[in-house]
Amino acid sequence: MALENLFKVVTTRFNGNSEKTDQKPVNSNNIPDNLLFKCPRCRNVVFEDEYKALNMVCPKCGYHGRISASERIELTVDKGSFIETNSNMLSKNPINFPDYDEKQQALRDKTGLSDAIITGEATIRGIPVVIGVMDSRYMMASMGSVVGEKVVRAFELATQKKKPIILFTASGGARMQEGILSLMQMAKTSGAAAKHSEAGQLYITVLTDPTTGGVTASFASLGDIIIAEPKALVGFAGRRVIEGTIKQRLPDDFQLAEFLLEKGFVDMIVERKKMRSVLSHVMRLHGYEKEVL
Amino acid sequence: MNDKTAWERQCLIREKTRPTVNDYIPLIFDEFYELHGDRHYGDDAALMGGIARIDGIPVTVLAEVKGRDLNENKKTNFAMPHPEGYRKALRLAKQAEKFHRPVICFIDTPGAFCGIEAEERGQGEAIAKNIMEFMRLKTPVTSVVLGEAGSGGALALGVCDRLAMLENALYSVISPRGCASILWKDASREHEACEILKITAEDMVRLGVAEAIIEEPNGSAHYDVYKIAENIKEFLVKTLKENSSKNIDILLEERYSKFRKIGEFTE
Ligand SMILES: [Zn+2]
Repeated sequence: MALENLFKVVTTRFNGNSEKTDQKPVNSNNIPDNLLFKCPRCRNVVFEDEYKALNMVCPKCGYHGRISASERIELTVDKGSFIETNSNMLSKNPINFPDYDEKQQALRDKTGLSDAIITGEATIRGIPVVIGVMDSRYMMASMGSVVGEKVVRAFELATQKKKPIILFTASGGARMQEGILSLMQMAKTSGAAAKHSEAGQLYITVLTDPTTGGVTASFASLGDIIIAEPKALVGFAGRRVIEGTIKQRLPDDFQLAEFLLEKGFVDMIVERKKMRSVLSHVMRLHGYEKEVL
Repeated sequence: MNDKTAWERQCLIREKTRPTVNDYIPLIFDEFYELHGDRHYGDDAALMGGIARIDGIPVTVLAEVKGRDLNENKKTNFAMPHPEGYRKALRLAKQAEKFHRPVICFIDTPGAFCGIEAEERGQGEAIAKNIMEFMRLKTPVTSVVLGEAGSGGALALGVCDRLAMLENALYSVISPRGCASILWKDASREHEACEILKITAEDMVRLGVAEAIIEEPNGSAHYDVYKIAENIKEFLVKTLKENSSKNIDILLEERYSKFRKIGEFTE
């Protein structure tokens, strides 16, 4: 029996927030579910090990899945070169939002993250760079005060040290739990991006699955070069919000990286395995060279 | 002193009789010429722009337009702009910069429109670009929230030197309805979400987002449109005088640092 047929046909959509609506898969061969990966794009089922061996890329359709910030850093920068910045920054509960503190503590314990982004300095094929990586496991990588402040400080560090900056984005949008302060992070980060740009330095955005809402409507859309990973979901409004407005189902490829490329909002789509190479070449084309020790 | 709850204010600003920017413009400005189009795709009636004169000073006006009836709302899409609306705003803001005209923004939107075409034409990019460019626009920018200021669609006209809220106006990162659906899976609890989210004019001043609250006569703008227009005009004229006397580089530095310092965290 083909692996794909291990499951009942799933009739729900494949995209974005599918977890809640998907039917529980029936596993007739008694393979534990946690050994299998069901691709949210092509709906095929593969062994988790195979998916992981490809660094979370679906072997059937090439969907580039979500990976943790630390895995991303390991895949992207030169071994041992990463020095984290502002690792102790924690958000407060500025509007006393119910259960926000408890929710964050639980996520900190579970993920080891302090908030939804890790920033730092590193080299990529010897070229010094400031890097920030968002992690969707932490409150869907929503942007509150900490994400905003760390992005701004990363831009400031890059401006001061005349370095390029690369931000790997993933986000559900602004963080509701911090109210209006979260919205203001959009202004703050965009302003810092402008200052880095005025200093003549290069900003590369890498849009990963999923990048939406206030992050799309601020720093994620402001890179000099905007790269996306294959089949990453990128948009302003959520699919369900739009479907609620238009009262019909959206096409499957709506808001995927390939759609954005076609519409003119992405410079290139780059596979994960080629990312280091592309990033380093693009940086060199902008005059950034290997650090001479 | 406004003792209404956020929910009471929310109900008030949703009333059809609440004045809109179309009521205010003739009362505040001596002249107003609407200018159309983003020069890329089209003209968005949800976000109106034009040149005007206030107290003798030429200014550029940008405004999200609530309709006063269903017909007007059909035309202005209930004040929910598409990307071409934001791009028109940016075009006119850059024009204002060229001719050294201050920019005045009136914010009154539930949010940027969420739809297929808005996505296809880059709603996120359009808002991001406005936010970044307004941050460094070399002319004074003053914004006034007339009714509701919904999320990124409001912020696209909200990066300014001074922000005033009408006393019953609300500014929120998410619609209270949306917040209630996420939090309790029950949109009908929006009145509770209204209070939790801290969205009133007083909250905005306390949180460093707004600098001024404009008094609504007898508790609401409905009751006396002439008086409320006068109050808005008084704020605008005073702010224009203060800002135009400042060196533009200092003004830009202050604008940047106003936003730069917003956020609460420990380290
Ligand atoms: Zn797949």
